[in-house]
Amino acid sequence: MSLINIIQKPNGPKYWRSLDQLANTPQFREWIKREFPESVTELEMDGSSRRTVLKLMAASFGLAGLTACSRPVEHIFPISKGVEDYVPGKAYFYTTVMSLAGQVAGLLVETHDGRPTKIEGNPDHPFSQGAATALAQAALLNLYDPDRSAKVLQGTAESSWEKFEAYAKSLSLGDGSGLRFLSESVTSPSLKALRADTLKKFPKAKWVEYESFQRTNGPLGGEIAFGSPVSIQTNFDKAKVILALDSDFLGLDWTTPLPTKQFSSRRRVQSEEDLENINRLYSVESQFSITGVNADHRLRLAGSEMKQFAIDVAAALGALPGLNVLNNGNDRRSKFLAAVVKDLKSAGKEGLVITSPRQPPIVHALAFLMNQTIGSLGNTITISKATSEDRVESGVDALKALAGQMNSGQVSTLVVLGGNPAYSAPADLQFPPAMAKVANSIHLGPDVNETAAAAKWHVPEAHFLESWGDAATGTGVASIQQPVIEPIFGGRSALEVLALVSGSKDTKGHDIVKNYWTSQWPAAEREKTWRKVLNDGVIPGRTSLSLSKDEVKLKLDLPRIQAAVAAEPKAAGGGIEVGFVPSASVWDGRYANNGWMQEAPDPITKLVWGNAALISSATAKAKGLEDGDMIALRRGGMKLEAAVLTQPGQADNTVVISLGYGRVRCGRVGKDAGFNANLIRTSDAFWYAPGFEISKTGGKYEHATTHERGLAEHMNGRPIYREAIIEDYKKNPKVIEEMNEVPPLHSVYSERVYDKGYQWGMAIDLGACTGCNACVIACQAENNTPIVGKNQVIRGREMHWIRMDRYYVGSEDEPRAVEQPVPCMQCENAPCENVCPVQATSHSDEGLNDMVYNRCVGTRYCANNCPFKVRHFNFLNFHKEDPQIMAMVFNPDVTVRMRGVMEKCTYCVQRIEETRIKARAEGRREIKEGEILTACQQTCPADAIVFGNVNDPQSKVSKLKKQERNYAMLAELDIKPRTTYLARLRNPNPELGV
Amino acid sequence: MSAIVQQDPALLETNPPLVLGNPSYHDLSERISTIIEPEIGQTPMKYWITLGVTASITGLLGAMLTYLAVTGIGVWGNNRPVGWAWDITNFVFWIGIGHAGTLISAILFLFRQKWRTSINRSAEAMTLFAVMCAGIFPLFHTGRPWRAYWLFPVPNTDHNVWQNFRSPLVWDVFAVSTYFTVSLLFWFTGLVPDLATLRDRAVTKIRQWVFGFFSLGWRGSARHWRNYEAAYLILAGISTPLVLSVHSVVSFDFATSVIPGWHTTIFPPYFVAGAIFSGFACVMTLLLIARWTLNLQDLITMKHLENMNKIILVTGSIVGYAYCTEFFIAWYSGNIYERFTFLNRAFGPYWWAAWSMYTCNVFIPQLYWFKKLRTNLWVMFIISITTNIGMWFERFVIIATSLTRDFLPSSWWFFHPTWVDMCTFLGTIGLFLTLFLVFARFLPLIAISEVKGVRATEKHVFPAEAGEMVA
Repeated sequence: MSLINIIQKPNGPKYWRSLDQLANTPQFREWIKREFPESVTELEMDGSSRRTVLKLMAASFGLAGLTACSRPVEHIFPISKGVEDYVPGKAYFYTTVMSLAGQVAGLLVETHDGRPTKIEGNPDHPFSQGAATALAQAALLNLYDPDRSAKVLQGTAESSWEKFEAYAKSLSLGDGSGLRFLSESVTSPSLKALRADTLKKFPKAKWVEYESFQRTNGPLGGEIAFGSPVSIQTNFDKAKVILALDSDFLGLDWTTPLPTKQFSSRRRVQSEEDLENINRLYSVESQFSITGVNADHRLRLAGSEMKQFAIDVAAALGALPGLNVLNNGNDRRSKFLAAVVKDLKSAGKEGLVITSPRQPPIVHALAFLMNQTIGSLGNTITISKATSEDRVESGVDALKALAGQMNSGQVSTLVVLGGNPAYSAPADLQFPPAMAKVANSIHLGPDVNETAAAAKWHVPEAHFLESWGDAATGTGVASIQQPVIEPIFGGRSALEVLALVSGSKDTKGHDIVKNYWTSQWPAAEREKTWRKVLNDGVIPGRTSLSLSKDEVKLKLDLPRIQAAVAAEPKAAGGGIEVGFVPSASVWDGRYANNGWMQEAPDPITKLVWGNAALISSATAKAKGLEDGDMIALRRGGMKLEAAVLTQPGQADNTVVISLGYGRVRCGRVGKDAGFNANLIRTSDAFWYAPGFEISKTGGKYEHATTHERGLAEHMNGRPIYREAIIEDYKKNPKVIEEMNEVPPLHSVYSERVYDKGYQWGMAIDLGACTGCNACVIACQAENNTPIVGKNQVIRGREMHWIRMDRYYVGSEDEPRAVEQPVPCMQCENAPCENVCPVQATSHSDEGLNDMVYNRCVGTRYCANNCPFKVRHFNFLNFHKEDPQIMAMVFNPDVTVRMRGVMEKCTYCVQRIEETRIKARAEGRREIKEGEILTACQQTCPADAIVFGNVNDPQSKVSKLKKQERNYAMLAELDIKPRTTYLARLRNPNPELGV
Repeated sequence: MSAIVQQDPALLETNPPLVLGNPSYHDLSERISTIIEPEIGQTPMKYWITLGVTASITGLLGAMLTYLAVTGIGVWGNNRPVGWAWDITNFVFWIGIGHAGTLISAILFLFRQKWRTSINRSAEAMTLFAVMCAGIFPLFHTGRPWRAYWLFPVPNTDHNVWQNFRSPLVWDVFAVSTYFTVSLLFWFTGLVPDLATLRDRAVTKIRQWVFGFFSLGWRGSARHWRNYEAAYLILAGISTPLVLSVHSVVSFDFATSVIPGWHTTIFPPYFVAGAIFSGFACVMTLLLIARWTLNLQDLITMKHLENMNKIILVTGSIVGYAYCTEFFIAWYSGNIYERFTFLNRAFGPYWWAAWSMYTCNVFIPQLYWFKKLRTNLWVMFIISITTNIGMWFERFVIIATSLTRDFLPSSWWFFHPTWVDMCTFLGTIGLFLTLFLVFARFLPLIAISEVKGVRATEKHVFPAEAGEMVA
């Protein structure tokens, strides 16, 4: 029963006060539904009743949240008696887990009075280590999405769970020969167990896993290389030389913070030893990715040419006997290849060749081969035999087969458990019409999306913060997905719906999950272990990052690889290659109605609220295209119209377009944002599709970006972002300081000295930072930063307190890019402070540049005088259009600002104060080093942000600031920023030049 | 004719009489007073039509400000990094215009420049109205205008806000409010003898009463005149430093900041010269129109106009010199931010704004080197308009375009005005004109008593028909 119904349920004797109230009986409502199907929504969900519901919810969630950690909540009661250890207004944290694209990250959810208000990484989960990606954090906003599905629908008519249950029972599934399940990548052990039971019960049923971004090519590559599908675990921290073949392991190819954690651990140069241990990254890619940004060398190559490049590298490494690579060219590619090969050979087991799930299996097989050849297999990359399940197939080919069966009438019942295949399936499958041919189609989904429209039944899916479940990583690290709130919109999980459809004994998610796990434990310790698991967020004994031991048994099958290489068709040339990538913001479209993500600037293009047909500058010139020109991309009978955006450093003759945009059936936020790349995506050319034609349609489109284009994308000779080549730094550690524009400045006045008590400061390591946006979302969630919308971004009014600045270095064709997070610098001589006429911003004794919202009259003088432009003004009431439910996501420790006032980064002053209060309550005066973590610091997967007391010479931040590569941005203004940067050290191969 | 023979023709050429047509004192009173005495001379229809138009534009201002206050600054084009755009541009523009009045009344008075007499009254009125228009912007450019009073050192127990006296915005508050108060007093003091004249001429009870009240019992006794002259001199003395200080303080808003293009020590003299430049141009525009419509050719003579044009030429050249200095210093400083800002100003995305300003403010006024041009009514009318266009662009270029591209290229952004920006500015022009029209209808446009004083002297220098000869 949904929460809404519970709250609306009358308690006490049923006296009626009016005819209206009397008429509000189930029978009457039924009658209304029958008579006036259209008006049902109004009656049930009109503004006033919704407000009441939300008000009640806010008041009554206290208990719900509290008890979530130990037992399922079935009913909600107000707290009429005190609950032990519960302090109203205090934040409580619960562990849970989230899966995205088949990868699993453990999370910690902050709740205030039963409302989840922030998602953080679980420090005990080896794949999170306290960090969370932008996508994981933003999943919180999906929970409160007002446009989520709230009703069971039969066709377009409203139904109920009771009716759906009756319908599910009435289905005559027989041996399951017409029964097909379609889900996203399943990571849940209990769901897998239930799936196995279900498939046993229906021996002819089949299960297909499909999603836009699926990691099936790696295991398939394993099949070529080892004769069996494999699980892969990469250890970037052990690698000294990394060759990324189209792999965006720091960005979109991994959905956990782990690769960034591992990679950055060898980029944070803090000691002599680190200078020697710094890794070197070679990246070969078509679109500019975060991995490309962080690469020491980057080669742009069309996605479909990656295979030949991999073959050439393998041949040059001597891994493919009989194949010689003609290496006498003097072009970029040949030089790059020669340098990489030499470097990989000398790195030996510390080398690593890695490719992307977007590359075909053969490239993965070649990567295994290369790693084997240099000796890194088993060190920087480990593999183990993956278990395959009967009648469970994954990937686009499986979906194609399913569509074929649906079209030929072999499928009588299709159960879509999550996902949105009607939108995300390749265009050639014609999935929605195929669904129409299925007699019984059931869609479980979080919103009434394209698939819901195509299905006979739609049932609302509960958010992972609302439902019980579990998830395990490829290496077997398992966690319980613990709900922290009752289903707000009355949804159920995939587990529960599968249990319902398959007629399983347990139908409650909690029971299924708990029984699955506790049955594996000794009876006496079950309850205790269960509680511990919920507390820690990881199942004991299964916390390892390495794979099981059967990796030794796998033996590389060279002839098989050679045969596969020989059998590969030569790349079909001609035309423009279109590459598809998941969006860093909306992923495959599931975040399309998420304002935080829509407004999170793409790390490279800085696009918000939409995607674009990215095209290299040279190709744009050749085709006579400019930013904002509408083009038509045609191949066969397919056509997509999209707007062009030039992308420096992209491979020529390619168009890259991110998935997830152009949703038609979507909520208010994501509707019609961007262009739907799925319209030209086919199952045979799933990631890279050559042979497209481009033509200008004559239309124009306005992109919203947070950076001005052109000149503003370069530093114009200013020492803003500083970097040095490691060899130069070794020779002269002052190289960073020497970039200062002016010698150290001295004031003619005696200046205030900040040398008492705590003096807060921050150091941001540009060498470690990858530019992943996690801090941007963390800050937005922590500080209640408003979403302003596309038009306001075009007007230049986005509000992110910490922003990710991106600059290009070098030529338009072969640029490098750098990423620099910019929060408030908390200057000691803050230019913003002396110009405020009403002292709304002034300095605290602890060196914070405080912002007093109540005092601000909004002259904006401070923002004008801020050299970093980190002050953000509420030009309008940006919360005006917030749906009521958005009130639940706000952090109660932080004021929600009204229009007309200035706001900016506060170093999370609420966290400082909370810790101070805690320290006093515990009877100690001192705040311990590392006790306060700012939101950006806490979630940074690269550990690039360090905050602390700069007055304590032993603190981490003080030590960092003493490093030679520490510098203050715009120090020449004598503003004494408390936030300083550690210059990035690059480690390019001397043979390739800088 | 005989008298003119005794005069040196060269003197007449360089120093022509300031009042033409040989009027008697009574003629002068008649001439000026009847304009504002509807009982005697009918108010022309075209006045009402013009007033109707300007009042409607003022209504538009009211609508825009209401919309702004209700919705937020977002209805303007301001953004991050351009926190100030048309709002402060218009503020400085109007304040600048307001400079001519005090200059004419105070400084020229102290320097005994008699030619100020015919133009000072309307110039002072214009000052007051321009400062009123200017005041609208700092008030409404705040995000929370209902809290703008916190900038004044008045008790506000709700937050106990004590002003930050390090902020140039607080200096602005004092500078502008002092300027307005002193200008108002000065204007009113000068009005007293004329109000008494009007009182004496009044035929209706209301006029008698109102003018009687405001003329403060003026009877024209020698004792009154002695006190009046002393008060006027003192006020002129107080006003004189204000002419220099107000715009210096306004320029501190920018000069004390760290933003390249703002952070410039040359600003105070440069802003003052620019303000006088634009103020004179605005006085010129209004006087030419008044001269035409009210047939005041013998009171506002070519000599008045030519003298003003000379001042426009001088101040325009000072402004031009300041532009050159800025460029030189930007290069000489070796500061990469400063250099970029000035190159960007002249050749960046806003080159058209910068070149409009150089053209209107520096190049066009150079035409005044030629006597033929500076005594041509059409030329001076057009130049008075282009000067104000140029000066508006100067403020826009300094304020907005410096902000569009400052230190970090990542925060560079473009500014686009919205229709609200435009209508608000238009609305203040409407307000300004409405106030001026009302003034022209109810108060003497020319200081009667002072012109009589001039006439008293000239009667002996240029007796009889002398003026006709020259005209």
